[in-house]
Amino acid sequence: MPERRHLLDLDDFSRADLETYLTTADAMQEILSRPIKRVPALRGMSVVNLFYEASTRTRVSFEIAAKNLSADVVNITASGSSVEKGESLLDTVATLEALGADIIVMRHSQSGAPYFVAERVRGHVVNAGDGWHAHPTQALLDLYTLRNRLGDLAGRKVVIVGDILHSRVARSNLWSLLLAGASVVLCGPPTLLPPALPEGWGRRVQVEYHLDRAIADADVVMALRLQKERQQGGLLPSVREYVRLYQVSAERLKRARPWVVVMHPGPMNEGVEIAPDVAHGPHAVIEEQVANGVAIRMATLFLLAGGEL
Amino acid sequence: MVLRGGRILDPGSGIDAVGDLVLVGSRIAGVLANGGGGDPAVRRLAEGAPAISVSGLLVTPGFIDLHSHLREPGFEEKESIESGTRAGARGGFTTLCAMPNTSPTVDTRATVEYITRTAAARGAVRVLPIGTVSKGEEGQELTEMADLAEAGAVAFSDDGRPVASARLLRYALEYARMLDRPIVDHCEDASLSAGGLMHEGAVSARLGLKGNPAASEVIAVARGLALAELTGGRFHVGHLSTTGALDLVRRAKERGVPVTCEVTPHHLALTDEWVAGTVSDGRAYLRPPKGRRPFDPNTRVAPPLRTQDDVEALLDALAEGVVDAIATDHAPHTIVDKACEYGLAANGISGLETAAGVLLTLVNVGRVRLETVVALLTAGPARILAGDQGLEAKRLPAGLGSLRPGAPADVAVLDLRRQWVVEPQAFASRGRNTPLAGVPLVGRVVATIFGGDAVHWELETK
Repeated sequence: MPERRHLLDLDDFSRADLETYLTTADAMQEILSRPIKRVPALRGMSVVNLFYEASTRTRVSFEIAAKNLSADVVNITASGSSVEKGESLLDTVATLEALGADIIVMRHSQSGAPYFVAERVRGHVVNAGDGWHAHPTQALLDLYTLRNRLGDLAGRKVVIVGDILHSRVARSNLWSLLLAGASVVLCGPPTLLPPALPEGWGRRVQVEYHLDRAIADADVVMALRLQKERQQGGLLPSVREYVRLYQVSAERLKRARPWVVVMHPGPMNEGVEIAPDVAHGPHAVIEEQVANGVAIRMATLFLLAGGEL
Repeated sequence: MVLRGGRILDPGSGIDAVGDLVLVGSRIAGVLANGGGGDPAVRRLAEGAPAISVSGLLVTPGFIDLHSHLREPGFEEKESIESGTRAGARGGFTTLCAMPNTSPTVDTRATVEYITRTAAARGAVRVLPIGTVSKGEEGQELTEMADLAEAGAVAFSDDGRPVASARLLRYALEYARMLDRPIVDHCEDASLSAGGLMHEGAVSARLGLKGNPAASEVIAVARGLALAELTGGRFHVGHLSTTGALDLVRRAKERGVPVTCEVTPHHLALTDEWVAGTVSDGRAYLRPPKGRRPFDPNTRVAPPLRTQDDVEALLDALAEGVVDAIATDHAPHTIVDKACEYGLAANGISGLETAAGVLLTLVNVGRVRLETVVALLTAGPARILAGDQGLEAKRLPAGLGSLRPGAPADVAVLDLRRQWVVEPQAFASRGRNTPLAGVPLVGRVVATIFGGDAVHWELETK
């Protein structure tokens, strides 16, 4: 594959690119199974985790991944940095450049922010989630998890249920799942799933407003976090009604395939978008997703730094 | 001075002929078409006057922009009356109507006079102030419109935002009626467009940017049309951008509602796909340069860049005569206002210096007629300024926007075939914010004359 300088989204990925990431993640998984989980691939390189939004799992996952590859890791969060003093993203990034950051892993509440940064640095940029737009490493780890569970995804039915409108996880997953050959059904209340939304992916995506219908014969069900603010924003009458219509419950899962895989990008609102017994039940792979995240992020850093297996 | 041998196109007086344009001092003396004839007095004036060959070029009246943000007073880091009028001169514009969302806003006689005085002292071209509808653009009380008009305000607008309420817009239309001046509305239903960063559609969905739906504009235009019909006041739709609003304006005009509308060059040529950095629609007339990344803050503008279907509808409407003027909505910003996250960037495009190039490119690909474009940059806006009572009643120069004898010697000279590439760093405007950076255009303003003086000159001789 041509050398990729940044990982901003999966919209420009080919199937071969996906395979490269998954194969590399396998190799990283092997490293993670060793008693000493550390290789010198990124020795002498500095990775900056620049997080403008709260995050636990993604930030820690990148931090562990970078350390496993022997990189030096610096964490910057919006609070407790000069960002709080009103420094612009432009100046923050110029500072990081001057300090010699090789890879900037960034999380930002504004869609597109990593593109702005990527245009202005000599080093590499990894998008760790921007606004509603993209979360490519999450989609890669989801695909990796599914591949391990189900093998080839061609012809598989994946249902993504919840607040699609505001979900960067759903958007990035659409690119990778479609590329891997799966069919995708988006499900959620119409205010959180405008009918024009799938057009951005070339009409290869179905929209279904009734979860019972959407879930029929599903191979995969992915529940998304419901932000409680959506009710105040007027997009939902109540959480109660949302739960009634869209919670992934054991009863509803009976309509899916017997081997159905239940995913959630976290953090979960148990009892809202997902029933607790499902979240911790036999179909859920939620902790596996988290564990695979480290391998995928190791693969990402390794590949961007020019590594080859 | 004689501009010799060009194609003289003046839709206002129905002239389209190859010949000489004769200027005496600050006025137009007349046109001498090749092949003889014409006013013998003008012919005598032309003899012995210094002549400049504009053979192979197009000579038109200087353009009138109904919608420029010159930012002074208050935002001189973005633009000043001096830099903005120089940008206008580069773009062929000899009259700029200055929008009043400055600091302070243009809501008193003193501010109107500040603008006219500053323009007279330092402006490269004419500036006609627009006053606000409400004091401070706060949407509460009407301004002293009669006093502002007497001081030189040619229209009223709370641009940058819509007139706050239907009630206020109703009173504004009623009140301005006695002054024969239009209310220019920034048509947007704020409750629908709040937080919207781009046109709501497939592209906004893909990019994860909050959308501003076309319905927001359509609703606001419907409000204004209903109130224009109720009051008989002159309602002017600023920067109309949607098919739906266009349909409403067309139907209202058929009923005789006193409405006019303008469209911008960027809404005639660019689409929401520009926000994504690549344009896939085969009908597109302009495309971003290769390698343009998505989320370019220079594509952020209000109203937002719409779809190719909207572009086609607007272009059809030009030919059909539904649109009254092309206006730039020149909205210069500093690098700080734009070099940031898309959602934090200011709205607006610096448009004066690319307007003619964009429009002539559309002419060159055969999508719109040259005569239409020139009319909508000259006679069209002049008619809106004139209103029912005429230019003189507003103490504006007779013949403004035309090449009639006695009109101001305001002239644009265009090279329809000149190819050039937009380089914002070379702008006279302080605002370098344009998504057109690096885009090749065909057709350029090569000279501008204002009141008999060359204010922009790229011709060989002078």
